[in-house]
This record gives sequence, structure tokens and C-alpha cells, in this order.
Amino acid sequence: MTRSAGARSSHRRTAATKLRDARGLVGWLFVAPALAFYAVFVLRPITLTFQYSLYEWDGIGASTWVGLANYGKVFTDPDLFDSLVNAFQLIVFFSAIPVVLGLAIAATIRRIAESRLALVARTVLFLPQVIPLVAAGIAWSWLLASTGVINQLLTLIGLGGVTRAWLGDFATALPAVGMIGAWVLLGLCTLLLLAGMSKIDPALYEAARLDGAGAWREFISITVPSLRQEIAVCVTVTVIAALASFDIIYISTQGGPGNTTMVPGLQIFYLAFAEREVGMASALAVVLMALVIACALPIQWFAKDGKR
Amino acid sequence: MARRVRPGRSGAALVIAMGTLAAACAAPGSNSPQPQATGTSSVSAAPGCGSAPITINGYFETGFPLPKALTTEFTKQHPNVTWDIREDQFAVITQNAPRVLADNPPDLMRLPQVSELVKDNLLKNLDGYATAFGWDKWPASQLEQLRLGPGGRPRGEGSLYALGLNFSMTGVFYNKKLAAQIGMTAPPTTLAELDQVLDKAKNAGITPIMQFNGGATGGLAFPLQNLMASYGPAGPINDWIFQKPGATIDTPSNLQAAQHLEKWIKAGYFPKDVNALDYATMMSRFIDGQGLFMFNGDWESGNLDKQMPGNVGFLLMPAAQQDGKLAAMSAPLTFGIAANAKNADCAAFFLNWVATDKRAREIGVEVGGSRPMGPADAYMPAVAADKVTASTLAAGAEIAKDNGAMDFIANATGAIYAKSWTPQLQKLVAGEQTPQELLKTVQADYAGQLEGN
Repeated sequence: MTRSAGARSSHRRTAATKLRDARGLVGWLFVAPALAFYAVFVLRPITLTFQYSLYEWDGIGASTWVGLANYGKVFTDPDLFDSLVNAFQLIVFFSAIPVVLGLAIAATIRRIAESRLALVARTVLFLPQVIPLVAAGIAWSWLLASTGVINQLLTLIGLGGVTRAWLGDFATALPAVGMIGAWVLLGLCTLLLLAGMSKIDPALYEAARLDGAGAWREFISITVPSLRQEIAVCVTVTVIAALASFDIIYISTQGGPGNTTMVPGLQIFYLAFAEREVGMASALAVVLMALVIACALPIQWFAKDGKR
Repeated sequence: MARRVRPGRSGAALVIAMGTLAAACAAPGSNSPQPQATGTSSVSAAPGCGSAPITINGYFETGFPLPKALTTEFTKQHPNVTWDIREDQFAVITQNAPRVLADNPPDLMRLPQVSELVKDNLLKNLDGYATAFGWDKWPASQLEQLRLGPGGRPRGEGSLYALGLNFSMTGVFYNKKLAAQIGMTAPPTTLAELDQVLDKAKNAGITPIMQFNGGATGGLAFPLQNLMASYGPAGPINDWIFQKPGATIDTPSNLQAAQHLEKWIKAGYFPKDVNALDYATMMSRFIDGQGLFMFNGDWESGNLDKQMPGNVGFLLMPAAQQDGKLAAMSAPLTFGIAANAKNADCAAFFLNWVATDKRAREIGVEVGGSRPMGPADAYMPAVAADKVTASTLAAGAEIAKDNGAMDFIANATGAIYAKSWTPQLQKLVAGEQTPQELLKTVQADYAGQLEGN
């Protein structure tokens, strides 16, 4: 009895293992195509980039092993370091403005949710997200030109004295580029936050109002804390957009005037394709990737803490 | 509670292994092109396009009609030759050149700065064709900029690696109507006279010089180099561009030139938004009559004759001293043949045809606006005297007489323009850089780039 029971149970166990193995195999088969793409188009380039970063190489000819020397240059070359500083300044425009303004706009739209105006506002705000960044860059470089609409408006209201070529001025080029980014990302943040707001239990607002809370108090005590997750997503996406920015700047200023809008993404491009220093470009790319992860991870942890 | 699904450690290891396997393990560039034994051995006695149907693979620059006008005429004369042409902007060609030449070698290609391409063995050595076609009997100055020493340095001597479709030249265009308004009856002949005219224009409310200096293309390099040639001889500037050992851009006469440019900037002779202007905007404003002078090249002569007929004049940058030698940036419109091109013979035959065929030389002048390449006694198409094209062609002869042809300071290395001249000149405009430091910084960048290669 005991023996046969044991045999049966061991038989059952092997059957279960086999089943699980088969299931596992089928699972892997399902994942395989995606995994292959991931390996070839994500992991392989990352590995290669890291490999290149250890060499001095012009992209064609023979290469020389230089170890970590390229990484040393990233932090000691003032031009490369300044581009990292510019990227962090862009966070103010790419993240802070869209998230703060997005919260305010989303709260306003929620209050008029039923009206047709809300629909129009949502569409208009989200439109920049649909436009290719290159087109946005071109449009804005026209708007911001010395004879552009922005300067015409300023002159019209008697502010002719402050008009200038916004993208060609050392003091205003970086903020001007930042504003283009803010304009692009505002719609995304507004929509995300609006979606988050629709999930908040209306009873909370009702209770707050019964307790005598005003609109501001509601916003601070209910809306913002309930949106912790959405805000984290917005901040993550926009911080990455700021640190890894390329298209808008390549189109509108190409890093000029005088490197005032040079960012790591553009610097990597110039290093690899103009200066043909593929090793240096790769080292800067690896540093940029590490920086983006270092900035994005804490934001994720912050969001998770909120859930607990 | 939901069970957290974790990928097995073996799964993660597999993914990483796949990624690593997919990556090549050898050092990058270990399969790079090897140098050709010699250029001469591969050339047949009379290279040509044969009579069998043949398709030539071309890679040209967008926005310049000359190459296509020439290829169309060539096919008319040689019907067995058809063209497969790809076009890109010059900046894109610059960025793509090494990889395109290595991976997908065109038979005929518009080339950026060639030093690094020669160093990587990507261009065909044309010495064999030069002998076969007799290019070595042309005036030596036409081909000087296309000759390179072994390994790509220095430029100006050695084997021939490219040829020009024509020989373009730069100088100063002016708007005749605006010039008449301020009483400029004849082009200034000294730098001091030019300064007076600029001042008059400024006082009359006319933008004295329409120039571009925005983005990654610092157009103030045009007036700067012209001023350099005003104050000093062209030779040392060429030595610097050709990467001759010990050459420097930081010389006393170049400092005078940079200081003079700064004086022009401070006097407000350039548009206020010059740091935001690109080439196209400069052209449209000049054509629109918004500036008296414009530093530019004769590749625009044909265009300007069409857009503002009879209203454009051209002058060579005057020397600082009365009767001083004249110099101008002038360079071949560089085309080359990839080292591994399939139809190199036919491409070389085409280049020779461009310089020697009567109709091709006419197209070169009419469409290109510049002097054709070729033997000194070759047929020279006639141009109506009132056209600016006539003035630029005459100026070319004058420069040849003074031996004043210079390459462009932006062509010294592949990256010197975008990474050094442009940001430094933009800083000079904004008052954030001094002439002295500008030259020092550019020289340091130049030395660093040569060391890196």
C-alpha cells in the first residue's frame, strides 16, 4: 500500500513536473520572438555601445583599446560636462512646468467636464503630442525668429524693447528651447492627470465639502495625494525626455549659439558623426543611460511608497 | 495576495547571453578596408564607359542643380549610361560619408573634407586616371587641394583622391541699387574704403552686411577669412588648412583680422539676429534687398542673376594696403570615386568629360556659375558682361594671377567648423569671446583633433 502510494505520488510529481516543463517551454516559445527582438535591437546595441566606449575608434579604421579613459574625459572635458548641466536645467522646463501647469489645467477641466469646452480644451492641449517633434521644432523656430509671431505680438502690446531672436540669444536660447519642450509635454501630462482624476471617488470631495473645504483645500488634500502614481509617471516620462532630448534642439538651434543649448543627446551625435570619435560618443551614451536610470529609479520608489 | 512572477535566473542569464552573443566580440573596426596596393595598376589604358548599358551610382548634394544637369547631358551624349542618383543635404553627406563609402560604395560622390576618408582607405587613388587622361598637365593649383600625402596628411601634395566639377570662388556680393543710394559708384579697393562704405550704409539705415551665423554653421567665418587674407598672405592660412606640421591659425595678422571682425560686429554692421540666421534666410533677405553686402560664393551667381537681374555686383575682398595682393577662398566642387566602386572607369571618364567637353563647360558656367576645371587653354564659354557671373569669372582670373586661392578655414578638419569655428564666432557676436581667445581656442581644438586622428 504505502509503496504503491509512494510510487503513485512520485508518478504524479513527475507528471506535474513534466507538465510544468512543457508549459514552461510553451511559455518560452511565446516569449521567444519578442525576446529575440529585445536581444538584437536593445541588448546587442547596449553591449556594443559599452564595448565601443572602451576603444578609441573613428567608426571605420582600426581601433585602439583605451580602457576607461573615455569615461574620464566625459567628466573632465568642460564642453561635455556643460552639456550634462544643460540637460539638468531642461528638467525645469520639460518636467516642472508641464506637471504643475498640467495639474492646474486638469483640475480646471474636471470642473467643467460636462461642457463642450472641456472636450475642445483636451484636444487642443493634446495636439502637440500628436505633431512630430521635428515639425514642432520648425514651427517654433519660425515663431521665435526675430520677425516671428512672438516678437510681433510683443511689439503690438508695446514690449518692442524686449524683442530679440530668442533662439539666437545666449541668455534666452536654452529657456526658449525649454518652452518648446514644455509645450509638447503639457498635453501628455494634462491627459494623464485628468484620467487619474476621473478615478478619484467623488464621495471624498463631497465629504470634504461637507467639512467646509474650499476648492484649494480639496485640490491639496484630495486631488494631489490621490494622483501620486500619475504624477510619478508624468515626472518619470518628462525627466527622461529632458535628459535624453535631441530632436527639438537639433531642429531649432543645433546646440548653438556657442554651445548654450548643447545637450548630451546632441553631443553624442556630433561626437560620433562629425568628430568621428565613436568611443567617446559611446562613453557619453553609457553615462547618459546611467544618469537617466539614476534619476528615474528614485521616482519609481517614491510612487511605490505611496501605494503602501 | 497575487504571487509575484519572477523570471527565473536562468531566463535572465539566457537573455543576457543572447545579447552578448549577438554583439561582435572582436575589437571594432577589425574588418576595416585595407589600403590599395597602388592606384595605377588598376587603370586600363583608355578608361571609358564602353558601349554596353551601364548604371552609374551617384550620391549628390540636394539643392544644387549642376551635377544633375551634367549627368543628363552626359546620358544624351552617351545613351548607354544611366544614373541612379541619391541626394542628401551637405551636412547629411558629411555625417554619412565614411559609412556610405565603406558599406555601399557609390561610383561618384559629392565629398566633404577628404583627409579622414583617405586615412581610412575609402577613396580611390586617381593618379592612374590623371596620367591616362592628362589631368596632370592642368594648372597645378586646380588640383592642389585634392592631393593628399600617405594616410591623409598633409593635404596639398601627394596623390590625387578627388576632382572638381568646377572651381568655385568666394568674395563679396553687393546690391547695386543700395550701393547707388549711399553713393558707392565703384567697388572699394582698400579695407579702409570698405569700412567707410559700411559706415555710410549703417548711417543710412541699411544693414551693411547680410550674413548668417546661426545653428551649426557659423557664416562669419567667410568675412573672417577674407579679413585674414586682407591683413596677411594666403600661404600660411593654406598651410594650416592642409594640416602642415607646425602650422598655426593664431598669428599676429590673423589676430588683426579677428579684431577687425569684432569692430564690425560692435559697429552693428551685421544684422542684430545674425546668431539666429541660417544660410537660406540670409539668401532670401539679400535677394529681398535687405542688405548691402553679402560674403558668399559664386555658386550663387547664376541664382542671383535670375533673382535680381542687373542689380548684383561682385568684388574681391580688398587688401588692407593699397595695391596689396588679393586672395579669395576658392575650392573645387569636390567629387570622388569610392575605393570599391563598381564602375570607377566610367565615373572617371565622366569627370574628365565635365572638364573637357564643350557643352559640359557651358553647363558648368551657366548652371554652376563657376570656372570649369581643365587645361589652361580650354574653351571658355562667353557670358554677358552685365551678369554677376561675368564678374565672378573675371575675379577668378585675377586670383589666379595673384596666386591667392585659399581653401576654406572650415575645411581644415572634419569637425573644426561645427565644433570650433561656429560656437566661437557665435560667442564673439554675443561679446562672450575676445578675438585673441577665439584664435587660441580654435588652435587648441585643431591640435586636439589632429592628435585624435
